[in-house]
Amino acid sequence: MVQAAQTFQVAEGMSLKAALAKAERRNKTRALLLVLPLLVFVSFTFLAPIAQMMFRSIDNPVVAGVFSETLIVLEDWDPSGAPTPPEKAYETLAAELARGYKNRTVGRAATRLNYSQGGMRSLITKTARKISRVQVGPFMEGRWKDKFLEIDKDWGDREVWATIKYSGDRYTAEFFLKALDLGYDWDKSVTAEPENRQLYFLTGFDSVWWRTFWISALVTALCVLLGYPVAYLLANLPLRISNLLMILVLLPFWTSLLVRTTAWIVVLQTEGVLNDVMMFMGIIDERIQLIFNRFGVVIAMTHILLPFMILPIYSVMKTIPPSYERAARSLGATPWTAFWKVYFPQSLSGIGAGGLLVFILALGYYITPALVGGPTDQLVSYFIADHTNRSLNWGLASSLGAFLLAGVLAVYVLYDKLVGIDNMKLG
Amino acid sequence: MIKLLVYALLLVILIVSVRASIKGLRNLPTYVGWLGRTWFVSFRVICAAILVFLITPILVIIPLSFNAEPYFTYPMPGFSLRWYEDFFVGEKSEVWHLAIKNSVIIAIFATLLATFLGTVAAVGLSNSRLPFKTFLMGFLISPMIVPLVITAVGMKFFYTTVGITPNQLSAISENLHLVPIILAHAALGTPFVVITVTATLVSFDHSLTRAAASLGADGVRTFFKVTVPLVMPGMISGALFAFITSFDEVVIVLFLAGAPEYTIPRQMFSGIREQISPTILAVATILVVLSILLLTTLEMLRRRNERMRGMTPQ
Repeated sequence: MVQAAQTFQVAEGMSLKAALAKAERRNKTRALLLVLPLLVFVSFTFLAPIAQMMFRSIDNPVVAGVFSETLIVLEDWDPSGAPTPPEKAYETLAAELARGYKNRTVGRAATRLNYSQGGMRSLITKTARKISRVQVGPFMEGRWKDKFLEIDKDWGDREVWATIKYSGDRYTAEFFLKALDLGYDWDKSVTAEPENRQLYFLTGFDSVWWRTFWISALVTALCVLLGYPVAYLLANLPLRISNLLMILVLLPFWTSLLVRTTAWIVVLQTEGVLNDVMMFMGIIDERIQLIFNRFGVVIAMTHILLPFMILPIYSVMKTIPPSYERAARSLGATPWTAFWKVYFPQSLSGIGAGGLLVFILALGYYITPALVGGPTDQLVSYFIADHTNRSLNWGLASSLGAFLLAGVLAVYVLYDKLVGIDNMKLG
Repeated sequence: MIKLLVYALLLVILIVSVRASIKGLRNLPTYVGWLGRTWFVSFRVICAAILVFLITPILVIIPLSFNAEPYFTYPMPGFSLRWYEDFFVGEKSEVWHLAIKNSVIIAIFATLLATFLGTVAAVGLSNSRLPFKTFLMGFLISPMIVPLVITAVGMKFFYTTVGITPNQLSAISENLHLVPIILAHAALGTPFVVITVTATLVSFDHSLTRAAASLGADGVRTFFKVTVPLVMPGMISGALFAFITSFDEVVIVLFLAGAPEYTIPRQMFSGIREQISPTILAVATILVVLSILLLTTLEMLRRRNERMRGMTPQ
């Protein structure tokens, strides 16, 4: 009787419940400790760089640093009121331009201002060069504005000063706007860029974002179209034969991306193998351009990504019992109905897994379009690389990267919801 | 003559695929009508065409790497090993040798790092008690998903900020200049190891580790003596993925490497950019042979794994 009221106890006099909880906790801690080294490693080598890059897309230190005093003066100036700021602003800017010219920081500020407004680079560098030669003294009092206007009459322009004012914000959304072909007007309202500077979004079907999306979508569709029959064949042949044919899928999968891209250049170029074959067979009379255009990019990307489509569809199809389709047939379904109503729905998860994976990989493609595409076939990755290495507009590179990353992560989340990251299979 | 050859080749492919399907035709049930039979044959011909599309580009470049002339067209005027000579002993071969050396060093260290960290983490991830499991898994897989350009640009800036660029490190010691690329490639390789090892751990019997613990083995000993041998196939295939990823990776190298950090993909990339020389095709052929070796290793591993689990291939 007394014993029944007692709780179970383990050796150290702890209740069983507490002991279990302790063991569970230890188990949990051990699992966490095992994951921790990789977590720290990936956080440092991978997450931190990307986080810093994302920060760079709003970070805007250059103008704020070089023209700090001018910006303080400009705080009191409302661009929608007087067309030009007071004399004090000209005087301060003259001092800062001269200083920046001497310690060579003005070039960076000029470049940065040029991202906001075309023509600013030459205006700033020219003015800095000339203003640094002007004797400073009490006799210049009140004459700085005239001096600026003498150097360039654009200094009487509301837009020039407004550009300096809003480009001086320490943090800015301007790079995100630029990634969509937008920008600030003089009153800091959002407007479209002039048409000759549009590239990413507003030019419609030619724009970089639209191009990236639809080439990826087209490649994904082609991969489904080509991958599904092959996966079906491989899944339904006797294992001995399908293992042999699988080599034809796995060898490209394991072959270097650069090797495959090289192969396509050799095959597709104007003096290349495919043109030769088509000439000999009389399909074409003149050699045609197959590479350094959209066609080459789509063909090469489809070829490179096709194994990523075939393998997931194949592994799903392997789990579909063939008896289902036979049962449908025996119940009077036509072969097409049996396939479409019974087999196909069961293979959909494979198409989902392969399709999303191919789409994610295609969105970020860089090397293949860079090597087999023409200038108008480059995807957004190319522009990120270009702004990082050549034009050095790191803010724009980062904001393009942020949008691309957001797109990819959205598809990744979708993948997790539909397929589950745990179900990701390789080879 | 050549026209004939091309036609003959296409004919052979057609005949082989039709023959193969006719063999299958005999096994079709008798109720399949002529329409079904026609479809059966044409389906297989379509599949054969797709498989030809997959494999031909790779096969086409192999003979061309033995071309006596620096052109990429058939028929080849003669057979020669001069492009391989170029690669192994020619004037510019030193750069290639340096590239091989760097590529191998980077790939080996990145693979070791990725395999170690990935395996340990996979053991933790397959524990059902782990909190935020899905989130952690999603995060640890993400290096595979994030576009390489973003990773590369981010690393370029970040590694400069914290002072681990090839230049800064080689100022400390000459041997350290490859470290940034090794770290980056290891980060890229870990998702493959995590995926393959967690896949092997799904069928892992956890009572085995408990048995080891009840027999007095501590955690480390259990890990190395019980867990590791059992997840070995997953580890090896993950390691192979990590190795090939690093060995083939060019985007990150383009951004992180300084002038002396040549690698094979980087050399190929710049070679293709300028003007494809047949030497590139010779290198490509060598890489294809390498991937055939890798594929064979993986296939043997897979068979061994199936045998060990008692699933014999039919």
